Amino acid sequence: MNDKIAAHVRDIPRSGIRDFFEIVQSMHDVISLGIGEPDFVTPWHIREAALFSLEKGRTGYTSNLGLPKLREAIANYVARKFHVQYHAPSEVLVSVGVSEAIDIALRALLNPGDEVLYHEPCYVSYNPSVTLAHGKAVSVPVHEKDNFQLRADELEKRITPKSKILLLNFPTNPTGATMPRKALEPIAELCVKHDLIVLSDEIYAELTYDGAEHVSIATLPGMRERTVFLHGLSKGWAMTGFRIGYACAPAPLIEAMMKIHQYAILCAPTMTQDAAIEALDHGDAAVAHMREKYELRRNFIVSALNDMGLPCPLPRGAFYVFVDIRPTGLTSREFSLRLLEEHKVAVVPGTAFGKDGEGFVRCSYATSLEQIKIAMERMAGFVQHVSRRAA
Amino acid sequence: METLLRLLQQDSTVSREDLARQLNLSVDEVGRRIAELEQNGVIRGYQAIVDRERFDKNTVTAFIEVRITPERGGGFDRIAERIAKFDQVVSCYLISGGYDLLVVVQGTSLREVASFVSEKLSTIESVISTATLFRLKTYKENGALLTAETAEDRLAVSP
Repeated sequence: MNDKIAAHVRDIPRSGIRDFFEIVQSMHDVISLGIGEPDFVTPWHIREAALFSLEKGRTGYTSNLGLPKLREAIANYVARKFHVQYHAPSEVLVSVGVSEAIDIALRALLNPGDEVLYHEPCYVSYNPSVTLAHGKAVSVPVHEKDNFQLRADELEKRITPKSKILLLNFPTNPTGATMPRKALEPIAELCVKHDLIVLSDEIYAELTYDGAEHVSIATLPGMRERTVFLHGLSKGWAMTGFRIGYACAPAPLIEAMMKIHQYAILCAPTMTQDAAIEALDHGDAAVAHMREKYELRRNFIVSALNDMGLPCPLPRGAFYVFVDIRPTGLTSREFSLRLLEEHKVAVVPGTAFGKDGEGFVRCSYATSLEQIKIAMERMAGFVQHVSRRAA
Repeated sequence: METLLRLLQQDSTVSREDLARQLNLSVDEVGRRIAELEQNGVIRGYQAIVDRERFDKNTVTAFIEVRITPERGGGFDRIAERIAKFDQVVSCYLISGGYDLLVVVQGTSLREVASFVSEKLSTIESVISTATLFRLKTYKENGALLTAETAEDRLAVSP
């Protein structure tokens, strides 16, 4: 059967995370810092809104673009929080998670061979999503010394006449990097200069720390008309299983994305769209509460990592620390496998997020402080053990 | 200060070392701030949240609505403080609405609570009337859900 599989699908390598997941699954008593979703259960008032929706018998399809009332809530929220205005009836599309929105945006924009620039290490789906849309994925490395921020000179070096899209994800999974306005400005200028469309995945926008303000690239001069603003409820509101994401973009692009969405997906689930309205209109306090919890855990985990001889600066967004494990002399994979097998702590090797992730592991702090505490104790023991051997 | 207070309200047994790590403060600084909160009376004490029913099925809690005649000069304070001093009274609040005080009373039996109300509370001169509401079941106590939600199964590793 293998010869029947389309070549561009067959050639996509297995996800490094899946690989690791299967090993973890086979073990007992593992503390996992490998989880890329909130540990909180969705706030009750949001779950209750989903129940109410079912109670009222709202079980049919919605408009392909999503419930008008939800699109209105999205436009209001984006204007209120990120200071970008979108026309709800024509510039907002509700998708099944941000992943779907990225997929349909890429498919709506790419002709075969068009190039998509993205910063790496990055979320696992970007590169394959580009390939599946018959584009060519071009990675731009980001470095720890720059706090994993994207540098304009690194980007410009890789722009060619075929470059069409820049894919951004700040705050970043897996590095926790954020891009302040000053760092975004030269990137935006390059996009205008080279006529690039930006797909900006801002799923972690609510989760920034130390008072860092989240700036959307769509707010910078000349950017709104070339940006697809992508966001969703999964992370900030702890609603991963609800599968609600959205795209805001100029009307012709939303219309093109809608063509794919309507034939592939039809619409996002109705009861979770109803829940999303509640989340956007009345969820600020719950989001702030969870954000504070993450910030405290981040402080804890970073302080513990520093104490065990794996110095890392405080990441300012998302819920990940991308830990430099080079002082141990181990590769990402060796480190992760041995930590798992010898000390029952799961982290994700940095290489799962691109080859530039070598020398790093991703620790998620979307897990309870009690678990983090035990994990850090075990990890400290491991690091001490391997460092002594290395010395 | 606000965050420290919130953390202590959620779990006052958390160690100063853990607090320090979370708050990016030194252990000494955490100790100093807690001492300050204690000294200026913001923190009034540390208690366990107890699900009494698991320990002793007979424990009775009653919420008693009390109407009183306010006193010239003293308002409700003197009489409310007098009621609050009884050991049986767990909490005592001045409230708006049809009643003036909400008094929470705990006892080891219905009879004990009933006799407290009839002999101690109702006999106070300025008490006009009382209404006693017995607790039947507790669902949430001081922010802690007593009927806990079962933890969902999360994927062990996810992107």
